[in-house]
Amino acid sequence: MDTKELQKHANSVRKGIVTEVHSAKSGHPGGALSAADLYTYLYMVEMNVDPADPKKADRDRFVLSKGHTCPGLYAAMAERGFFEKKELETFRHTGARLQGHPSMHYLPGVDMSSGSLGQGVSVATGMALSAKLSGESWRVYTLLGDGELQEGQVWEASMFAAAKKLDNLCVIVDNNNLQIDGTVEEVNSPYPIDEKFKAFGFHVIQIDGHDFDQIAKAFDEAKQTKGQPTAIIAKTTKGKGVSFMENQVGWHGVAPNDQQYAQAMDELTKAGEAL
Amino acid sequence: MSEVKKIATRESYGNALVELADEFPQLVVLDADLAGATKTGIFKKAYPDRHIDCGIAEGNMMSIAAGLAATGKIPFASTFAMFAAGRAFEQVRNSIGYPHLNVKIGATHAGISVGEDGASHQCLEDLALMRTIPGMVVMCPADDVEAKAAVRAALEYDGPVYIRFGRAAVPVINGGDDYKFEIGKGTVLREGKDITIIANGLCVAPAVEAAEKLAADGVDAEVINICTIKPLDEELVLASAKKTGKVVTVEEHSVIGGLGGAVAECLSEKCPTLLKRIGVYDKFGESGPAAELLHKYELDAEGIYKQIKAFA
Repeated sequence: MDTKELQKHANSVRKGIVTEVHSAKSGHPGGALSAADLYTYLYMVEMNVDPADPKKADRDRFVLSKGHTCPGLYAAMAERGFFEKKELETFRHTGARLQGHPSMHYLPGVDMSSGSLGQGVSVATGMALSAKLSGESWRVYTLLGDGELQEGQVWEASMFAAAKKLDNLCVIVDNNNLQIDGTVEEVNSPYPIDEKFKAFGFHVIQIDGHDFDQIAKAFDEAKQTKGQPTAIIAKTTKGKGVSFMENQVGWHGVAPNDQQYAQAMDELTKAGEAL
Repeated sequence: MSEVKKIATRESYGNALVELADEFPQLVVLDADLAGATKTGIFKKAYPDRHIDCGIAEGNMMSIAAGLAATGKIPFASTFAMFAAGRAFEQVRNSIGYPHLNVKIGATHAGISVGEDGASHQCLEDLALMRTIPGMVVMCPADDVEAKAAVRAALEYDGPVYIRFGRAAVPVINGGDDYKFEIGKGTVLREGKDITIIANGLCVAPAVEAAEKLAADGVDAEVINICTIKPLDEELVLASAKKTGKVVTVEEHSVIGGLGGAVAECLSEKCPTLLKRIGVYDKFGESGPAAELLHKYELDAEGIYKQIKAFA
């Protein structure tokens, strides 16, 4: 899939995110939009998954450790064909499969329920260990926020993953630099993120998380890396793609009103047409 | 009287894991640097490739177990009850309970019978905590036979299970050719008509002894062993309560939220009955040899007898 095609899918994923959060009148657009290109690449290219057989045994696994950004996961899954895009409008509604944080029992294709920060990366590590114990070749991907790195459990999992040489594990950090209370430095700086993962025994790759060439190269390099897990630190812009949300901490967990929604969709439609 | 065989249920746990390993090839065992104490070290020795030491990081261990279970393994995650149910509560709740994953938690060193280590390690709240998680099976076996049976039953059951094992050696009271174990089923160890004594864990044997002493005083006590606190064998509890009209629960746990709590909830809703909850009365434990502490906290046969006598 060429870059233009990926950008078109990512544009569609962004529209899905905005639509979900608007229809729910709640949710987390900022960190979903910052990771939209990562979600797109994972679901459209990188992962061996089959929408027609979401539980197939040899599929690659994905654990959304930063579970609150599931509008991005759902939009990417819909883009890949796991369910109709129309269902995105049910996000967070009573009885919906698209729960406010992912649930594996509500929605086939979600490999793990998540939402409590720090735990997803441990679960992904357990899955990677499981594949190693059974001699299976599928891989495990997990997406973390940069604020999430403040959770001690992230480092418990990282120490374990490196100690057990889980080279089938790929940790992705969405480094958009913002969390609820401010910039990550203002709140409790996780920097230097790359040095921390290196010290824990990871192969570390730093990329621009909106550049598909860099994203593709990073995932390929992760697959080539043997004997240690890989951490991809993706520098991103929170709210990416919607002008008034970009780099605005206030858009972490707020839904757009009707007027803001119309503006966001208009911007995204124009951006899509320009591709 | 012949010498009664005594064995700690943590020992039974380690032995059961080894005995069941071939029958359940998906079984893997996790520990958090306590394999020697939790007795999963027995399994580690026999099946080193299926034993994973997670180091001193219990929250991580529970979530790792979730990942293993989500991909087809049957993990037994082991540590002390304090850290399994206490420290890692939220991981157990969100990584295991909410997705209803097939993780078994083998929690050892529960209660004041931990002994000399003292209050920081004597978990008296684990059964209460675990009981609040939807879909969690909670068991507290009384002896070697029941502990091994509970491990097998947990492996055969699909879903999260918490089993509490003890540090101190306890007499073997179950057994015989007709012994059967079923999750959610209690057993009547002694039939009686005047009062019902419901016990679990290491309090079962002294509760039976207390019942014999009561018999000498002319009080005919029924003794029920409730290994599974959740789901509670309500049918058995209610039938006995209706028969005797007076119920006592006995447990090495806080009187808040454990066996006493479960029985109180059941009785007050379905058959209001005079009830006495014997256990640890809303306080922390302390250091000392296990036998001395059980005596001090009136959880040995003499103490249980005294407390029931004052109630009955």
